[in-house]
Amino acid sequence: MSTKNIMIVGVGGQGTLLASKLLGDVLLRQGYDVKVSEVHGMSQRGGSVVTYVRYGEKVYSPVIDRGEADVILSFEKLEAARWLSWLKPEGLMITNTQEMEPMPVITGAAAYPENLVEKMRAAGARVMAKDFLAIAMEAGSPRTVNVALIGCLSTSFAEIPEEDWLAAIDRIVPEKFRDLNKKAFALGRQAGQKEDR
Amino acid sequence: MKELMLGNKAVARGMYEAGVTFISSYPGTPSTEITEEAAKYSEIDCEWAPNEKVALEAAHGATLGGVRAACAMKHVGLNVAADPLFTISYQGVNAGLVICVADDPGMHSSQNEQDSRHYARAAKVPMLEPADSEEARVFTKRAFELSEKYNTPVFIRMCTRIAHSQSVVEPEEREAFPQVPYQKDPTKVMMTANSRNAHVRVEQRTKDLIALAENTELNRVEMGDTHIGVITSSTSYQYAREVFGERASVLKLGMVWPLPEQLIRDFAAKVETLYVLEELDPFIEEHCRKLGIRVHGKDVFPICGEFSQNLVRACLGFDEPQTLSVSDAIPGRPPVMCAGCPHRGVFYVLHKKKLMVYGDIGCYTLGAIAPLNAMDLNVCMGASCSGLHGFNKAMGAAGEKNSVGVIGDSTFIHSGITGITEIAYNMSNSTVIILDNSITGMTGHQQNPTTGKNLRGDPAGKVDLEALCHAVGIRRVRVVDPYDLAAVEAAVTEELAAEEPSVIISRRPCVMIRGMKHQPPIQVDSARCVGCRQCMQIGCPAISFREKKARIDPTLCIGCRVCGQMCRFSALPGREVTEA
Repeated sequence: MSTKNIMIVGVGGQGTLLASKLLGDVLLRQGYDVKVSEVHGMSQRGGSVVTYVRYGEKVYSPVIDRGEADVILSFEKLEAARWLSWLKPEGLMITNTQEMEPMPVITGAAAYPENLVEKMRAAGARVMAKDFLAIAMEAGSPRTVNVALIGCLSTSFAEIPEEDWLAAIDRIVPEKFRDLNKKAFALGRQAGQKEDR
Repeated sequence: MKELMLGNKAVARGMYEAGVTFISSYPGTPSTEITEEAAKYSEIDCEWAPNEKVALEAAHGATLGGVRAACAMKHVGLNVAADPLFTISYQGVNAGLVICVADDPGMHSSQNEQDSRHYARAAKVPMLEPADSEEARVFTKRAFELSEKYNTPVFIRMCTRIAHSQSVVEPEEREAFPQVPYQKDPTKVMMTANSRNAHVRVEQRTKDLIALAENTELNRVEMGDTHIGVITSSTSYQYAREVFGERASVLKLGMVWPLPEQLIRDFAAKVETLYVLEELDPFIEEHCRKLGIRVHGKDVFPICGEFSQNLVRACLGFDEPQTLSVSDAIPGRPPVMCAGCPHRGVFYVLHKKKLMVYGDIGCYTLGAIAPLNAMDLNVCMGASCSGLHGFNKAMGAAGEKNSVGVIGDSTFIHSGITGITEIAYNMSNSTVIILDNSITGMTGHQQNPTTGKNLRGDPAGKVDLEALCHAVGIRRVRVVDPYDLAAVEAAVTEELAAEEPSVIISRRPCVMIRGMKHQPPIQVDSARCVGCRQCMQIGCPAISFREKKARIDPTLCIGCRVCGQMCRFSALPGREVTEA
């Protein structure tokens, strides 16, 4: 198979690194070659963050470039629009509808663009937009928004059974938070299955 | 068993497998995780040194004591460690010594984009360069063997994309390294005849290493279509394979200093058009030109910034993938100081007083960003103290009364102590603010000599900053709480007015330290908020503006109440007065 490309984008501090860790772990255990490329350091302080996850028979480049992503999993709506040009024209954008104002918006130097989901669709993108923060709250904690998003993403992998995802949560999430995260995963997965794409 | 492993963790794994027992480093993105991951192995004594020079000297000392040792640093850290480096190259080792240096093409988290390979050539020290995590593990082990065989320190050069990418690794068992006895050797004293002889030995060593480079497994040829040949290394190798697949032949160099000669000549002879694909400087390219080989390099690919597969495609005139976009301007999302960051109050005061601020290296460099805009410049670790001194020598009272240096606790220990000694000894009337947040923040919360804890969090020696400043000759040393804006402003005003050097220690722990107790989030009294936006002048990410009123995000606010001290209408709760 050719290499598949998944991007996880969001705001520093939203838990994108745990999401990519779960995804990488699941893919490795399917027998794929996998590369996961992260950003550490300065950008983690509330800046725009991106993680590239690539898998296939043999993966070379650790990064995904413009027009190459099969799926983008976005933790925040503005970030979805920012990274849209990384999506293949036939790719899938899954985005949280949560809005987090960046500093230029807070200071009044720029406006938060309106109707971004509709605009991305008008640009030709397939977009699945959900309030994953509400789903995370329903699971019991706003901090599980990352695992709720992974639950939704999991429905894009018909070949990977649900048990494999839950096993990854068992391996990676500390025991204290495991049940909470499994609930968020299940709710996110339900949301993904219900969605008419 | 196969494992997905960060490049830096794979370096640490390689050290573990090689039987390393001592690592001394100074944190710096993108190198920090090497030492943090190594510290998870109980067999390895890992420490944070005050700076990279000390780290390298300590690691070299450990190899003299007969154990395999290492240190890790970012590219600019190697500048600090350069002094011991050049003479350790002459001195040699008693057991393997590996220096990991991580470059940051694209400057994700750095102040410059220097290319560390020049140090390998200048100090005549071999350098290996892995292209993925498995190579990072294997090359690290190989580096220790080479170090002992050729009696030299050996570099492992990482870059951000190799250091911070996870790829598949197959770990092996640790092999214990039997300690080598120390023997006094009079030729080890680096002076006159000994140094001259050592230099001759080093030149011969480089010749021997070139012979190794011609046929080592670290360098490999992957023949494909011979119309195009590519000489490459590190992450650039991955981009080459991504773009060309089998449609080119590749000479992949795992050892980038010294470089082979015959191997390159033979490869060049087999291909029609030859490219050198390397990030940053034309290091391999110039070597090829010196050999009289015609290559394309920086005439096609840029010196500045990071590469990617699309960049390589664009430079070669290949088609790039189609893309989608929205027409709206997407506001940038620069990193910001965290809600409740204790540095914020200090920068607000410096901004308000319109001072010249000589900054330094750390989270607090973010004080330069709007709306605080409270930093004029920065250079390198410690320059805020010594650079300010020179500025004030040139400007006299016009400088001294209107400028401050700003430096973090860890950066101060790293290179600020000599700077304030300069201020005290050569008597400029300078004011330095030490932002003591009890941790090394930017690189992800490492302990340092001011925190009283070692790398593993166990009790350790502790520098007393006030006593230290007094000891170098600064008489005016005072401590302020940066959450108290009035106190900060009074301290800055008084110390600038004083006719002698001074240090203000702004002391409050970083809010992100694990286990920190926070106050409950504050609430806006909407009836009192007139929408003047004064509270937004401190650039707190927890404050936004909706329906002409300030709004506090309760998931971000930690109740520092700095914003409340800005509000003239008591719509936000101000500082709680605990003293009568």
